Amino acid sequence: MSAIPAIPPAYEGEWRTPYRGKVAMFGLIIGESAIFTIFVVAYIFYIGKSLSGPTPQQVLEVPIFITICLLSSSFTIMLAERALARNRLSGFAAWLGSTICLGLIFLGGTAIEWHELIFRDGLTISTNLFGTTYYSLVGLHATHVIIGLAMLSLVLVFALAGRMGEQHAERFAVLAMYWHFVDVVWVVVFTVVYIIGR
Amino acid sequence: MAENSIPLPGSIDLAPARESGGTLLEWLHEWIVTVDHKRLGILYILYATFFLLVGGAEAVAIRIQLAFPLNHFLSAQVYNRFFTMHGTTMVFLVGMTFVFGFANYIIPLQIGARDMAFPRLNAFSFWVTAFGGLLLYYSFLGGGGLYGVGNAPDVGWFAYAPLTARAFSPGHAIDYWALALIVSGFGTVGTAINVIATVISMRCKGMTMMRLPLFSWLLLVVSGLTLVTITPLTAAQVMLVIDRYLGGHFFDTQAGGSAVVWMHFFWIFGHPEVYVLVLPAFAIANEVIPVFSRKAIFGYPAMVAASVGIAFVSLSVWAHHMFTIGMTSFSNTFFVLSTMLVGIPTGIKIFNWLATIWGGKIRFATPMLFCTAFLFQFLIAGLTGIMLAVAPWNWQLHNSYFVIAHFHYVLVGAIVFCIFAGFYYWYPKATGRMLSETLGKWHFWLFLIGFHITFDTMHFVGILGMPRSIYTYEPDRGWNTLNFVVSSGGIIQAIAVLIFGFNLVWSYFHGRVAGNDPWDAWTLEWNTTSPPPPYNFVQEPVVRSRRPLWDEKHPEDPDWGYEE
Repeated sequence: MSAIPAIPPAYEGEWRTPYRGKVAMFGLIIGESAIFTIFVVAYIFYIGKSLSGPTPQQVLEVPIFITICLLSSSFTIMLAERALARNRLSGFAAWLGSTICLGLIFLGGTAIEWHELIFRDGLTISTNLFGTTYYSLVGLHATHVIIGLAMLSLVLVFALAGRMGEQHAERFAVLAMYWHFVDVVWVVVFTVVYIIGR
Repeated sequence: MAENSIPLPGSIDLAPARESGGTLLEWLHEWIVTVDHKRLGILYILYATFFLLVGGAEAVAIRIQLAFPLNHFLSAQVYNRFFTMHGTTMVFLVGMTFVFGFANYIIPLQIGARDMAFPRLNAFSFWVTAFGGLLLYYSFLGGGGLYGVGNAPDVGWFAYAPLTARAFSPGHAIDYWALALIVSGFGTVGTAINVIATVISMRCKGMTMMRLPLFSWLLLVVSGLTLVTITPLTAAQVMLVIDRYLGGHFFDTQAGGSAVVWMHFFWIFGHPEVYVLVLPAFAIANEVIPVFSRKAIFGYPAMVAASVGIAFVSLSVWAHHMFTIGMTSFSNTFFVLSTMLVGIPTGIKIFNWLATIWGGKIRFATPMLFCTAFLFQFLIAGLTGIMLAVAPWNWQLHNSYFVIAHFHYVLVGAIVFCIFAGFYYWYPKATGRMLSETLGKWHFWLFLIGFHITFDTMHFVGILGMPRSIYTYEPDRGWNTLNFVVSSGGIIQAIAVLIFGFNLVWSYFHGRVAGNDPWDAWTLEWNTTSPPPPYNFVQEPVVRSRRPLWDEKHPEDPDWGYEE
């Protein structure tokens, strides 16, 4: 066994590993997808198994407008990302602000829908199996929208305070991934609750 | 062997260590606010060891109760709480925390990084997990509700509906169970994400994925599996909490809900969870067996592929826990076949370990002893697993002690044995001192003998028809002698674990000084001081092969000549 420390040949070529924030957000999205899968499976399994009314056919209306709002917010956040990467900060703040507005419209629409369901149709989470699965699935998604809006608003505060720059583009892209995920989940929830389940 | 160790140039700090000053309070404060992966790893492992003793004490109490027919050591109520808490503790507070403790401590060192990808998330995850455990145990005091006395959960670790409904489980015991596991589940997911980001993004220069040490590879697979395993449980427990607090009907059969849905959701978590726990055991064996056989691991790519394969297959086998609830024959066939499929990648692993040992220059130090026993015991556990996967056999033996014996063969015979191996292997790195080999051999042999007395015999009690979860039995069933034998083996294991605990403490003060590389090993964690400085490596290492320290020690015959 040689006692002379050998110097290994230097690594040739550039050494790059993926950005850790993106990897972590990808992991979080996988985990969240599993949670949503369980709730969606429960929803589908319990379609039509309620022993009492009201049923989805009687009370649910397809929320076309707020769905369009939420899905277009994916587009606006993409524009915000692009603006930040090119260091166009006012454009960034504007697109970010419109993303938040679209998200708030979605939440407001959900609030109105729930208010009508509770006070007009008398459907609460404990009324029947439909109520239990509906409020927990839609509510789980709305919770994610709220968390996303909180984080986006924080970024907006920093942007308006002039603390954001293109050096944050990679980090903001991580947050945008989360927001895209929330939108994609809504496509699934929308399909299951308002199309298959109604 | 320490004199053989040649550090990679510049990787060890030659400056003398600064003597740590400060009061006890400052020392405590440092440990509480730490974000260092090594300290958090040690905290995880101490926490797991503490609950291993607690869960072990519960097991001993259970075995004393069952040692004699019509015994009155524990009442029926206390017995139910103890077996529930034993299972929950061992899986969530011991198994998971050991996994992530070892992952935390070893992975950054092994991949040549300074810390985990997200040190503060790491600290958050640990403390959340820790408080989850305390919340669970607080139920002994605070779970009273209607009874006005302490009441831990008593519904079994799988907490089948509708037993968990308010009508059948008044008080707050179930709420503590659900909330504690939701909370510690968040911690687990946080650490899993952290491990994934660390392994993928923090590797040092030259460490491609096919040069990654197998321990880190397997923990990467485990963390990925954790993400899709713990989360269904969290979802199901949120549903349970909705049922109990908001009057929901998910598992309320009176309102159209289904108890079987809970079983599906629980085992969608519950079966992959076994692989979340056993893959780290494989990971430890993957490090220990080559080093103590003085050979490189046999079939590295096959080992990686088999681990990924096990993770995928394990997601499609859950309903083999449910053959007796009456599924369609199509479902039965599917789950029989998918369960048997697990045997293929697992078999590949066992053959690879044997091929690694084959022709090697074996050193039977304590870590290797534990890993050798693991190989035999895991084989037997796998074989009884295949027996139980056969649906008609399962109908006969389900919920009998045969099942208990089978899964304890995996959980103790494979996982706990490998965790002990990991302790003996990495303790010198973490503390700078060797664990006593003499005490280690006593620990190994007593634990081995106790293990086989308990769990070999338990198979027979099961075949004779003793069901699980009963607090006592009539003397005329023919189970008396066997149960006494099972219980006496439990006492021997308890003595062995106490010797182990004594060894941990004694060796910390009096153990032989280890040096940087006491086992003449090959991965990067042995290329820094023991214990490593907070920044791990002075210069970030550069690697050219799977065994960077072998290349260092044998410049005339480096590994990279063979790998590429």
